[in-house]
Amino acid sequence: MTRQQVLDLYFMEARSKVLDLAAFLDRVERAEGKEDFRLGAIRDAVAHLQGRQSRRIEKVLLSLSDPSKEPIERAIGKAACGAWDGSILKKRTPAPKPSKRSTR
Amino acid sequence: MRYIEPHAHMVSRTTDDYLEMATAGCVVVCEPAFWAGFDRNSVEGFYDYFRQLTDQEPKRAARYGIQHYSWICLNPKESEDLQLAEDVLAIIPEFLARPGVLGVGEIGLNKNSRNEIEVLERHVDLAAEHNQLILVHTPHLEDKLKGTRLILDLLKNDKRIQPERVIIDHVEEHTVKMVLDRGFWAGMTLYPESKCTAARAIDIMDLFGTDRIWMNSACDWGHSVPLAVPRTALEMKKRGYNRDTIDKMIYRNPIQFLSQCPKFEIPVD
Repeated sequence: MTRQQVLDLYFMEARSKVLDLAAFLDRVERAEGKEDFRLGAIRDAVAHLQGRQSRRIEKVLLSLSDPSKEPIERAIGKAACGAWDGSILKKRTPAPKPSKRSTR
Repeated sequence: MRYIEPHAHMVSRTTDDYLEMATAGCVVVCEPAFWAGFDRNSVEGFYDYFRQLTDQEPKRAARYGIQHYSWICLNPKESEDLQLAEDVLAIIPEFLARPGVLGVGEIGLNKNSRNEIEVLERHVDLAAEHNQLILVHTPHLEDKLKGTRLILDLLKNDKRIQPERVIIDHVEEHTVKMVLDRGFWAGMTLYPESKCTAARAIDIMDLFGTDRIWMNSACDWGHSVPLAVPRTALEMKKRGYNRDTIDKMIYRNPIQFLSQCPKFEIPVD
């Protein structure tokens, strides 16, 4: 496909998703109370969208992933929440409730 | 259009879904054993579930002209209880011998724990002993990268395992290359939110080609779309893929992998 064809096929969808993301960040900031690590993870991921670099999708996925290599001792719960809490060892912020996570 | 749905949890779906899939051209559906959304208390619960997969669901699919196959295992979400895992592993060989059972799956990891790895090793050993195909579930979201690495290392360290007889499912852009580079098949799951969208799955085909790869809906009791495969085929057409390549992705590639099981019968046109 030409660049023009890709734009014709996907621009409106991408525009909609960018607007949804902007609205989500506004919504979170309007809300009261503490945030957890997921908001920072989203902000870090968004930073990978800037500029003319390639393989943005891979960089975003890696930024949201657990980079460690050793198995954990025991699974506590079954769900994933979509972002890796790099500060989890410091016991900084409580993990989100299981109902907000994906188990599939 | 003709297509094979290589990964769907039809016990969680309605007969309307079968009707729509058949109408869209589905001729074969393959159903891996999975987590029911809650933990089963006993081996008897698994026994009945495996009976449902191997006895009941093929009859339900047949009413819509769809061939039904299954994969048998204890899923990684229920692997922390090693005694239960041991009990379930003991009944699996009985079901591996049944008609319509393709192999051991979907085994794998969920939270990448030591017990999950131990149970995965037991399943891989079982598959090797019984010369079975293997279908592997890779973890969700932030756990996928680490889990995929652990799984690939474990499989590669077992010299009895032939990579071309193993499909590593739920790959995304950050895991697909390591799977294909090591000789395994890769499965792309088309989910509305948590795995690949149609557009991203086709991007992966653009970058990595259409050999040793398939796509599936993995439709189940959660947010998922039973028609995700034919809808992605339509999007492939929009993206300029020709009819032959689309047929390869949604029909011939699954046949190529699944035909390694002698119990799999190629659908009659």
